Amino acid sequence: MKKIFSRPESLRDITTHYCPGCGHGIAHRLVTEVIDLLGVRGKVIAVAPVGCAVVAYDYWNFDCCEAAHGRALAVATGIKRCRPDRVVFTYQGDGDLAAIGTNETIHAANRGENLTVVFVNNAIYGMTGGQMAPTTLLGQVTSTTPGGRRAEVQGYPLKISEMLAMLPGVKYVERRGLFCPQEIIKAKAALHLAFDNQLRGGGFSLVELLSPCPTYWGMSPAAAMDWIRDTMVKEFPLGRIK
Amino acid sequence: MNKEKKILLSGNEAIAEGAIQAGCRFYAGYPITPQNELTAYMARRMPEAGGVFIQAESEIAAINMVMGAAASGIRAMTSSSSPGISLKQEGISYLAGAELPAVIVNMMRGGPGLGNILPSQSDYFQATKGGGHGDYHCLVLAPSRVQESFDTMFSAFSLADKYRVPAIILGDGMLGQVMEPFSVRVPAAFAAKKAANVSKPWALTGCAGREPNVVKSFYLRDGDLEDFNLRLQKKYAVMLKKEARYEGTMLKDADLVLVAYGTMARICSAVVRRLRKEGKKAGLIRPVTLWPFPVQAFLPKTSPARNFLVAEMSYGQMLEDVKLALDGRAQVNFIGRAGGGFPLEEVIAAEARKL
Ligand SMILES: Cc1ncc(C[n+]2csc(CCOP(=O)(O)OP(=O)(O)O)c2C)c(N)n1
Ligand code: SF4
Ligand SMILES: [Mg+2]
Repeated sequence: MKKIFSRPESLRDITTHYCPGCGHGIAHRLVTEVIDLLGVRGKVIAVAPVGCAVVAYDYWNFDCCEAAHGRALAVATGIKRCRPDRVVFTYQGDGDLAAIGTNETIHAANRGENLTVVFVNNAIYGMTGGQMAPTTLLGQVTSTTPGGRRAEVQGYPLKISEMLAMLPGVKYVERRGLFCPQEIIKAKAALHLAFDNQLRGGGFSLVELLSPCPTYWGMSPAAAMDWIRDTMVKEFPLGRIK
Repeated sequence: MNKEKKILLSGNEAIAEGAIQAGCRFYAGYPITPQNELTAYMARRMPEAGGVFIQAESEIAAINMVMGAAASGIRAMTSSSSPGISLKQEGISYLAGAELPAVIVNMMRGGPGLGNILPSQSDYFQATKGGGHGDYHCLVLAPSRVQESFDTMFSAFSLADKYRVPAIILGDGMLGQVMEPFSVRVPAAFAAKKAANVSKPWALTGCAGREPNVVKSFYLRDGDLEDFNLRLQKKYAVMLKKEARYEGTMLKDADLVLVAYGTMARICSAVVRRLRKEGKKAGLIRPVTLWPFPVQAFLPKTSPARNFLVAEMSYGQMLEDVKLALDGRAQVNFIGRAGGGFPLEEVIAAEARKL
């Protein structure tokens, strides 16, 4: 009998701490499938964020570095410049990449660092208990926007991917959503391209994944998936940005 | 012996050249006076040496780039001056927590706040007592001459590797900018490339052929962080025992011992010579490592004097360590200025004559 489906070698066989219906589990699975597919597990050096995915290195089966909150792309720059033949990627939440780490993000992108970025946008700060993120939608209720986010007070959801796409150093930007099997397959294809770019020396590639956080959206896992499909994609349209 | 080759450089440049000769192959920095010559020297020399130079977007980015480079097993360094070093504290705490070797140069300037660009020694507390969050220490080296600035880089990188700790070079704007001839003498172990290629089995190089490595400072499980901290404390205890260094001058018969580091020590050694000529028995302790602090220099068998005079370009920071080391057995006096000025030779000598 031929085995046609199994856990990727890059993903360890242990239970994660993620909440039921969390998108981080799907994103981990896709990233590790792509790394296996490209056969580069032994060359990978990942940089984990501070956020719900802080212990991603416990789940991933390759070399991994911690970074302080927001600093993943500076750490990854140091690694990749010293080890240009290794496959280096960061995995970051919206708070990590687009609030506290905005400066590191923009400048790594502008330098055209040959890195892959997996950007998990769940429009919330999951780890610290559901505060407003830079990507929180207008009207969205969080613990720090109890009356819903208002543009006059908290500004607008930050479209960091579109901003980065403007930079000449950036080679590839795509936004996908983790809310149904068809879309998840497209997300995997985007990640594949983003890693492949790095292998070919292509420069800075980023894949944004709209990802459910049922816990702090106050929804069931199924309703959270539907909310991405019906609401979140209106603010954050899917597709290739660059 | 061969005639030693001498070159003329500023302290900042000598530190950069020393780092490269000590095997440093990654530098990231952000411009700030009075250490800009170091960054500019690295921009030119690092590519020649086959290393990486990055002008970072901030001191925060620079220290985190150093973290990545160090995690990948490369000798890495950053430099800055006081306000920039404040920004690096989060990163230094992470380096200590992840047990990564790296070198951080602080050519101190006047503070607090933006202060000014004149030399100062006001970051002693920050360098030796933590600076960032958590129970950690950095090795702190305080060269006082351009030659020593070059030489000290070899110890900085090898001790950082040996103990897996961040090492700080604590200089001041004066040391950074003064130009002096010095000889480019490379310790034998480095010349033989032995000390430059230490094995780092923990480094992130890709897991092909071994189990994956993880570099982190996060210990969530109950008790794990305490265990880790105890391990750090053990390492620090060994460093306290083995690595504390100082230079002592005429301590045995001295009635008055001056204590100073860096640029202040040069001024104080002139004061000691002057006082000796006048017939006053003065001596000098110059701490070479500020952490670990060389308490052995203050033992009665080494420095039997009952009178000490600490001189700093601050309002009394190292003073506290001197008092702790003497533990009440001698009189401790202080002379210091900060904000750009420093106690002049005549002023210190006048103070010393009164004691
Ligand atoms: C310097 C610093 N500030 C704040 C925190 C607290 N903190 C941890 S995770 C986080 C936000 C995480 O949100 P995001 O990056 O969106 O990741 P998510 O948990 O949503 O996946 C914050 C504010 C920290 N660890 N360090
Ligand atoms: S809080 Fe949200 S992002 Fe964090 S694990 Fe739970 S569902 Fe996932
Ligand atoms: Mg988030």
